[in-house]
Amino acid sequence: MGFYIVQTLTGLSDASSLFLVACGLSLIFGVSRIVNMAHGSFYMVGAYLAYFFIDKLPQGPFHFWIGILLSALAVGLIGMIVEVFLLRRLYHAPELFILFATFGIVLIIQDLSRWLFGAEDILGQQAPGLSSSINIMGSYIPQYDIALIIIAPLILLGLWLLLTKTRWGILVRAATEDREMTDALGVNQTWLFTSVFFLGSFLAGLGGAVQLPKGGADLLMDLNIIATAFVIVVVGGMGSIPGAYLAAVIIGELNAFGILVFPQSTLVLMFLVMAVVLIIRPYGLLGKEEAPEHDNAPAPESIIRPASRRLKTAGAVFLAVILALPAVANTFQLVLITEIALFALACMSLYFIMGPGGMVSFGHAAYFGGGAYFAALMVHYLHTPMELTLFLAPLLTGCLALIIGWFCVQLSGVYLAMLTLAFAQICWSIVFQWGAVTGGDDGLLSIWPSAWASNKIIFYYLAMTLCIGGILILRHFIFTPFGYTLRACRDSALRVDSIGINLKRHQWFAFSIAGIFAGLAGGLYVFLKGSIFPDEMAISRSFDFLFMVLLGGVNSLFGPIAGSAAFTWLHDTISRINLWQLILGSIFIVLVVAFPQGIAGSIGSRLNKYFRDPA
Amino acid sequence: MTDQKNNYLLDVTDLNSFYGKAQILFDMTLRINRGEVVVLLGRNGAGKTTTFKSIMGIVKPRSGKVRFKNKEIQSLPPFKTCGLGLGYVPEDRRVFSRLTILENLEVGRQPARQGRPAWTAERLFELFPNLAERRHQNGGNLSGGEQQMLTIARTLMGNPEMIILDEPSEGLAPVIVDQLAATLLKLKNEKVSILLAEQNLSFAKRVCDRAYLVYQGTVCHESTLAELDNDQYEKYCSL
Amino acid sequence: MTSNVLEVRQLAKSFGGVKAVSNVSFDLARGQLLAMIGPNGAGKSTCFNLINGQLRPDHGTITILGKKANGLKPRDVWKLGVGRTFQIAASFGSMTVLENVQMARLSYHRQTTSLFKSVPRLNRDHAMELLRLVGIEDQYNRACGVLAYGDVKRVELAVALANDPKLLLMDEPTAGMGPAERQEMMALTSSIIETRNIGVLFTEHDMDVVFGRSDRIIVLNRGELVAEGTPDEVRNNRRVQEIYLGEEPV
Repeated sequence: MGFYIVQTLTGLSDASSLFLVACGLSLIFGVSRIVNMAHGSFYMVGAYLAYFFIDKLPQGPFHFWIGILLSALAVGLIGMIVEVFLLRRLYHAPELFILFATFGIVLIIQDLSRWLFGAEDILGQQAPGLSSSINIMGSYIPQYDIALIIIAPLILLGLWLLLTKTRWGILVRAATEDREMTDALGVNQTWLFTSVFFLGSFLAGLGGAVQLPKGGADLLMDLNIIATAFVIVVVGGMGSIPGAYLAAVIIGELNAFGILVFPQSTLVLMFLVMAVVLIIRPYGLLGKEEAPEHDNAPAPESIIRPASRRLKTAGAVFLAVILALPAVANTFQLVLITEIALFALACMSLYFIMGPGGMVSFGHAAYFGGGAYFAALMVHYLHTPMELTLFLAPLLTGCLALIIGWFCVQLSGVYLAMLTLAFAQICWSIVFQWGAVTGGDDGLLSIWPSAWASNKIIFYYLAMTLCIGGILILRHFIFTPFGYTLRACRDSALRVDSIGINLKRHQWFAFSIAGIFAGLAGGLYVFLKGSIFPDEMAISRSFDFLFMVLLGGVNSLFGPIAGSAAFTWLHDTISRINLWQLILGSIFIVLVVAFPQGIAGSIGSRLNKYFRDPA
Repeated sequence: MTDQKNNYLLDVTDLNSFYGKAQILFDMTLRINRGEVVVLLGRNGAGKTTTFKSIMGIVKPRSGKVRFKNKEIQSLPPFKTCGLGLGYVPEDRRVFSRLTILENLEVGRQPARQGRPAWTAERLFELFPNLAERRHQNGGNLSGGEQQMLTIARTLMGNPEMIILDEPSEGLAPVIVDQLAATLLKLKNEKVSILLAEQNLSFAKRVCDRAYLVYQGTVCHESTLAELDNDQYEKYCSL
Repeated sequence: MTSNVLEVRQLAKSFGGVKAVSNVSFDLARGQLLAMIGPNGAGKSTCFNLINGQLRPDHGTITILGKKANGLKPRDVWKLGVGRTFQIAASFGSMTVLENVQMARLSYHRQTTSLFKSVPRLNRDHAMELLRLVGIEDQYNRACGVLAYGDVKRVELAVALANDPKLLLMDEPTAGMGPAERQEMMALTSSIIETRNIGVLFTEHDMDVVFGRSDRIIVLNRGELVAEGTPDEVRNNRRVQEIYLGEEPV
């Protein structure tokens, strides 16, 4: 009995910092419509700063709590700076670019934290006076957990008072409901946005700081928490603070008890809860259906034409170069070029759902890494030959995409993107945590091609055939009735519905096609590298793919190829430098600020001109 | 360079506005004097709402000028236009449904203007007694008429010198329309200038001094309401 | 077998206790152009969206071509043989004019999941024929997103006709058009009704269009049907005049 009570209380105390993070995210999204990827980083910084302040402050009865408060305030300030100097310039840019800018911040903070605080996990200090445990019917719970259980409802109450009893809170709620009307009533929303960013970031920092004695601080916290926070916000209902608390408690309890039932896969339970909630209440437990914001629709993609003669000639020349390369290139270069081709195929599959499909996936690494892990596991445990593996792995990935896609197409826009990210993170945690099967952090090693293909040059030709074939098939799909239907769904949901087309079913189908091809790329990747690690499934890999597609331009079919070549080269160059994530993050931000309407839009259209047939 | 200073409170000249590719306003021109109550009469789709949104800066006009108190405002964001003393009551009411009546009023509150007493919630409740009883209820739970009263009250909390009302009588029961007319006349006595859009002529006749007939995005006829030519009205505004 | 393409009986819909449409009944026969008019907030859009499947009725029946259509999704209403155009034209901006119509034909032939054929040649002749019908065949190769608004409305009409509908629902077909364009559009609609023997229900604010073109008119006010008849009957109806002149009935 005592054990169950303690487990319940542990779940509640875990829920506290989850709630703090999720409600900050929700507040910021409600007012500014920005999904702040860096919110998890603020949480991580909160933990590190709290450690630093508590360490430096003179010991006393309150130094622990003062340290926590100082850290939250500092994180709030960081959030404010990000809003004022970066996001404020981007409010009119496409959503995807704003997200990218915030992901740039994730990378920068990641490297800065490594530099400032070191790569070692940090054990948090104990709160003075709360460092012992309480005995509940024979089971023990740390006193600090009880403090955490009390903190969350207090913050909830404080937020409720702030939002209902102050002019500021009333304005925030008004702006969340109808920004245009709030504007017309004379409210200058610039400072409102800034202050909401402060509060949201403050809460994230506080969440990170208060969990310090329990969980310490490490460099994986940022992306781990953001995925959980997305799930909480989706389950609780976007913009609902009590909903966030409710969802945080559900997830917290689920983790506390799930560990008893499935010790390795509490995340699978989270996934099931989200599934049930989305089926019963698509807008979350306490969420309300959002009136669609009828703002500036994205500029329609240009019409597509079959390849011109010039383009076909260029393609033939390109193909000849690929064929001839092994004659001149060394093994290292061949491997690099093979890698580019694999990424190009994965990017093309992402482009397929993003460009024609209009669905942004933040979790494409789930399919790339999924294909890779399916292949590696088959070879490792079943000793399947390469040929069979390369056939089965994409199919299994397609099934994975079928499952994930089903949930994702229930939502649209940013919500859909958040779900893809959450699913990808769940897949990542499974391979990361389930060490007994997947090798965990150590990965799976010694997975090599069949004997006939073990020569690097032969493998090069094999990979090239499959990748170029895959890219051409995906390109062909864009010109088929299905590809057209997909674009039709993106252009006008209203119109497709009125000509008898089931939008969700087509989008779902597109997800699984993309999964199959990304899975093929992943499968090849394992045989190229001979090993696989969880990194290939991590969120930053998903963002790499997104970046490649954006770099090449979502408006052109060459985009994915050019983008993956450019990115792989860039990555290869800068990853030898210290703090390369910081540089990459800065490049993201600079590109987004410099080209708020699209990085490759202008470059792409210039390129297109050269490949058009003369009139 | 000639600076067109004049005595109009609101001076709209040659406004052209679009929704995407569709042009809605064609050289829309209107002038309102201080203290006047002016109505735009026209059928649905004539461009009345777009005119108002262009004045407020919610829709950015492609060309033309809007002057309020001799200050060009066509490129100002809505909150600055509002800050100059131009209040807006939209057609679809747009009360904040999850905020109470008192909170809705609070959103609209702006500092008082020189020489006028500030509107307070209590003063507004005298004007709109129905709202007083339900001050703690959410905006979303009010009837259509109450919502209309609330949007007007909310805009008045900004202490405007002029208010723009988009079809205030629409969808209201006759008794409520009578109350509304009485309220607007009280506001007129308080020296608030009013520009409204209407399809209900008898209502307009009760409260307005002057009318513009709007047809297909432009003004076709202008006259005082007392002298309004019935043929012109029939031609542009009725069946 | 009646000649009615649409029969509406005692249709009702409330939103949060407010009756948007109550007890509305009317018929539409083949070959007729029926206008639905009424002041703002009279329930026209609600009524329209109940028929096209966007909303589910609380009460009443909708029969389209002899089949019960209550509560069907828009895409299933379409399958009964209903074409729709929107107040704000909805087209596929990234496709050419021809492709927009081909797209609708693809759906009609249930080919939307095909991954083998290539679209550019599919259904081309039939689609071109529809473009000729609405008079924009010369623009067939332009992107829909760059067309003039009036032309987009024509594309929409061609798309709506692609499933050979027997009932056409047009929500403000002439909104956003100039006066000359409006008359052309309605002349086109009239000729389509005649040649294809279909029924058209439309809402409209332009009274010239309504009284000049329609065979019958139904008038809604506060969610109820207050008058029904030929243009002359409706024009002379005392109740309708009151509504439109804004005088409350005595």
